Amino acid sequence: MLKTIILPLDNNTVKELRAGDQVRITGTLYTARDAAHKRMAEALKKGQELPFDIKNQVIYYVGPTPAKPGQVIGSAGPTTSSRMDAYTPKLLELGLKGMIGKGYRNNQVKQAIRDYRAVYFAAVGGSAALIAKTIKKVEVVAYEDLGTEAIRKMEVQDFPAIVINDMYGGDYYQEGVDRYRKLGV
Amino acid sequence: MRKITYQEVVDCVATLCQEANYNLGEDVFKAFETALRTEESPVGKDVLQQLVDNANVAAAEHVPMCQDTGTAVFMVEVGQDCHIVGGILSEAINEGVRKGYGEGYLRSSIVGDPLKRQNTGDNTPAVIHTELVEGDQITIHMTAKGGGAENMSDMKMLKPSDGLEGIKNYILDIVKVAGPNACPPLVVGVGIGGNFERCAFLAKKSLFRPIGERNPDKTIANLEEELMGQINRLGIGPQGLGGSTTALDVKIEAEACHIATLPVAVNLNCHASRHQVAIL
Ligand code: SF4
Repeated sequence: MLKTIILPLDNNTVKELRAGDQVRITGTLYTARDAAHKRMAEALKKGQELPFDIKNQVIYYVGPTPAKPGQVIGSAGPTTSSRMDAYTPKLLELGLKGMIGKGYRNNQVKQAIRDYRAVYFAAVGGSAALIAKTIKKVEVVAYEDLGTEAIRKMEVQDFPAIVINDMYGGDYYQEGVDRYRKLGV
Repeated sequence: MRKITYQEVVDCVATLCQEANYNLGEDVFKAFETALRTEESPVGKDVLQQLVDNANVAAAEHVPMCQDTGTAVFMVEVGQDCHIVGGILSEAINEGVRKGYGEGYLRSSIVGDPLKRQNTGDNTPAVIHTELVEGDQITIHMTAKGGGAENMSDMKMLKPSDGLEGIKNYILDIVKVAGPNACPPLVVGVGIGGNFERCAFLAKKSLFRPIGERNPDKTIANLEEELMGQINRLGIGPQGLGGSTTALDVKIEAEACHIATLPVAVNLNCHASRHQVAIL
């Protein structure tokens, strides 16, 4: 069964989500990947504000291809989340409620997801042309010089994702693989 | 001596870059079809179907199937009876990448310096391997290699006493550690033998062989099939969400090595296994 989720998130929505839930996400989110995370961390270190109000927001780890004429955005699938692990607990502490990416999170991130009642979604890596169709509006809000790595505000509609880590410690990568494993290494 | 112009190479490379990113190969489509029949997990089936739909949209609309349009990697076989006029080969290839990626709205994913990390803005420089061969033609193999799967690749100098068991366990281990990060279903490229740098090259080279095509050496071919079976019993599945399709294929290239060494390299490729070839 598909759950529909409206962004920005709130505690009530996050509370209902369980590892393995397939969802369709509608609303506003922000994009950031390696270079943008590094800059945000540097800003925080200097006591500066983040370039957007992060409270209850979702960050999508993506570096899209350039839009062709007539397109809202180019292809825009998820990138590997673990590269953002070093920066994520701090952002969750500041109110970030959700992340969309692909691949494992480390233990510190999983713990912070529990501590701050957040959620980690995966989108299908490499499904970038299809995902782009769910992105309706795009605006660069910070670090424009980073090109594909700039922070963008996006309006999405029925963006397809699956809950990997929920606030109860559920981990769908673990559960899914345990179910189908026939060979121990 | 046959002449091939600089511009011919540029145009050919530009087309290869775009084709690779827009059109998923027949071999991958076929592998998806088979996997859709055999995959045990319903979620895994959904993922596979989404990947087929995605590839169809990319081809129909001439857009990249994945936003990571990769490092442009070339394996070029240069016939020793031909001659490039108007410039040198590596510059022509980089010029072609600049043109193909720029005009094709493909992403620039290369930083000019690994420490300063400034994007070069045109996806150059490409990674270029050249080999001199007989004849008067140039064969250009190109792949757009994504960073996600490349990051989960690995290489190890095993001991000769580790033997076949050691090799198999090591490969399985790397696939397992990669889990969802490398965007399974994967094509697992393996190099065995050579020396330190040659082994990694062999692993990359193996990925240029179409899915389903076995190594001509029977022993190696059997090893490819055996590993394929084992990898697909790890349970990782499409996108690491659990299932029976973790690899679409396993490719192995083996070569002579020193009496003291047994190098093994595993170069993972994601399902966006983007390969093109052209002959000039
Ligand atoms: S690993 Fe492959 S499919 Fe996944 S995001 Fe990278 S290039 Fe795309």
